[in-house]
Amino acid sequence: MKETIAKISVCLLCALIVLTMAQPRTASASEGYTYNYDWWGDVQYSPDAYEVVGVYTASDLGLDTEFNSPSGLFIYGNRIYVCDTGNNRIVELERTSIDSFSLVRVIDSFYGEVENNTFSGPTDIAVSSDGYLFICDKNNGRILKLDRDLNFVMEITKPEDDTFDQSLNFLPDKLTVDTAGRVYCVATNVNKGLIKFEADGQFAGYIGATPVTFNWADYFWKRVATKEQREQMESFVPTEYDNLYMDHEGFIYVCTTNVSASNLMSGKEDAIRKLNMLGNDILIRNGNQPVIGDIYFDEGGGYSGPSLLTDITVFDNDVYVAVDKTRGRLFAYDDQGRLLYAFGGNGNIDGYFKQPVALDHMEKDLFVLDAKDCSITVFTPTEYGSLIFQAIEQFQNGEYTASGKSWEKVMKLNGSYDLAYIGIGRSLIRQKEYQDALDYFELKWDDDNYSKAFKQYRKEWVEDNIAFVFIGVFAVLCVPLIIGRVKKIKHEMDTSDIIK
Amino acid sequence: MRDALAKKEAFRHYLKTLRYALYCISHPLDGFWDLTHEKRGSIAAANTILILTLVARIEKLQFTSFLFNKVYWPGVNIFLYIASILFPLALWCIGNWGLTTLFDGKGKLSQIYMATCYAMTPYPLMQFPLILLSNIVTKEEGDFYLVLSSISIIWSAFLIVAAMMQIHEYTLSKTILFTVGTIFAMLVMVFILLLFFSMISQGIAFFISIVKEILFRL
Repeated sequence: MKETIAKISVCLLCALIVLTMAQPRTASASEGYTYNYDWWGDVQYSPDAYEVVGVYTASDLGLDTEFNSPSGLFIYGNRIYVCDTGNNRIVELERTSIDSFSLVRVIDSFYGEVENNTFSGPTDIAVSSDGYLFICDKNNGRILKLDRDLNFVMEITKPEDDTFDQSLNFLPDKLTVDTAGRVYCVATNVNKGLIKFEADGQFAGYIGATPVTFNWADYFWKRVATKEQREQMESFVPTEYDNLYMDHEGFIYVCTTNVSASNLMSGKEDAIRKLNMLGNDILIRNGNQPVIGDIYFDEGGGYSGPSLLTDITVFDNDVYVAVDKTRGRLFAYDDQGRLLYAFGGNGNIDGYFKQPVALDHMEKDLFVLDAKDCSITVFTPTEYGSLIFQAIEQFQNGEYTASGKSWEKVMKLNGSYDLAYIGIGRSLIRQKEYQDALDYFELKWDDDNYSKAFKQYRKEWVEDNIAFVFIGVFAVLCVPLIIGRVKKIKHEMDTSDIIK
Repeated sequence: MRDALAKKEAFRHYLKTLRYALYCISHPLDGFWDLTHEKRGSIAAANTILILTLVARIEKLQFTSFLFNKVYWPGVNIFLYIASILFPLALWCIGNWGLTTLFDGKGKLSQIYMATCYAMTPYPLMQFPLILLSNIVTKEEGDFYLVLSSISIIWSAFLIVAAMMQIHEYTLSKTILFTVGTIFAMLVMVFILLLFFSMISQGIAFFISIVKEILFRL
């Protein structure tokens, strides 16, 4: 009898092991692709917010020559412009459906009476709202303005101004154009911020230089060092920007990779800044973690150091996404600077990168250009990602109840998503259901919103129970008085001569 | 009958000595003098205060509003948490006794323990109401909580110094000197304990590896 039981249990155990092994591994394979940080900074894996539609190389897009270290990507409507730097050409594509593209034209020269009608290492392109093309023709040292039929309109060359070091070449790297036709440009070797040109190509100065950071120890050593030693040292200068993006309101988001881990963590340097017209940083940083990408940068897999955010794009709902070239990850932040999700990595699988250089979006789809893989990866939001966007947009539009409902759906898909709880709580505050909101905030350690809700809840509670509050105060203040009085009288009576 | 009476008497004495803690914290110099010299304190009451302090600290962990005390529950070890009071207390008592006996201190080890525990009274006394308070204030009004909370600790620290002064019959400057000395003594003890435990574990590891080596060779 005992033996049979033992045999059966061994069989069952084997079956169990086989069953567990036979489980589809897709769930665990996708674990680790998308994640977020909770209040404590612990990594919380989440469902994928974005999924890969496809990875497109030049031949997939109907081109004869493959891309050669492409570096610029711009999307205007459903047109996609790829700056194929190594081949001195710009490829214009049209997206015909979610996963198919048609080649519109290959721009490798333009018409007009100029010395040089071809490009040399074009690094970026922007299309203004009135249809002009602005191209960073980097190795020719000029910014070109062409009309939509590729006729030469204007070129911007080295600014003849004392503030621009005339011994340096003008190497425009990235640019953007505002609605009035003003050009903002990031140029190599220029660390005074963005170079601004008026609509007529006139140099108009710099905006948005990063504040200079240095520490006292470096300052001290610099003071005692000889002149030769000083020249070897790093100088205290503002850092260069890597890329820029103009959002729908005309604010310019810039990102830089010239950062150090310690300065990022202490807030002395910013990886991402949002510049207003005066060049001041107005990015909101209300998140639990700073807006720097990964918050842990221990060495692993051959990568070390902080996230180097090399390009950025901003959706119309003020959610911005930045791409990290160290670990090939994308980080999405909401308008309050809270991390929505991070995903990606370095590798050969779809959805992983070799060297991401540029990022742009078409509606809610993300396009990432890979310089080493010479391909474009197209991402589209999953149900989970769409719900997050929906909830954020509904809240921005004042549809608080609907926003709360959307966050509840998000919570069903990901029960450890802090923003879902806080989103539900904020929608409950708007619906004046303070007591319910408290629980959601407490679960996710959101003390600011908790205090807001609690203040209202406490006010309501006191108003409802004003009678009890008065009785309580009265009891605390007056009862000891009365007892003391009674005791005193009793004592007097006990000790008085008459009664004795 | 007599037993019951003695028990009742003992219990009354215990309550009386416990209530004396309230006198001590409001009249520290007078109170701590009488604590030992007039035998108005008891070890039982001191134990009670110590237990109350521990309970207050644990309850604080659980019931203080998360606005003021965010607890990372996966990282909490309740025994370590309790030891974080008991261990320094033990070190303090031993260190203080060891040092003051050499320099005319009149207090015995048990008296040092008793006086220190009595001096901790403000902590449970204030922390229990503060747990309630923390749950009815918002973050903006949190300064009230934080100030009161630090008062409870500063008050206790002040009382400990006063208690040492009275039970050892020291002057103020001498007390302060020996308080600093005691802290150094505590550090030395911690250092020696660390040394001891690391030596022991190294020694054990050595013998384990020898046994393993022999087993491999056999």
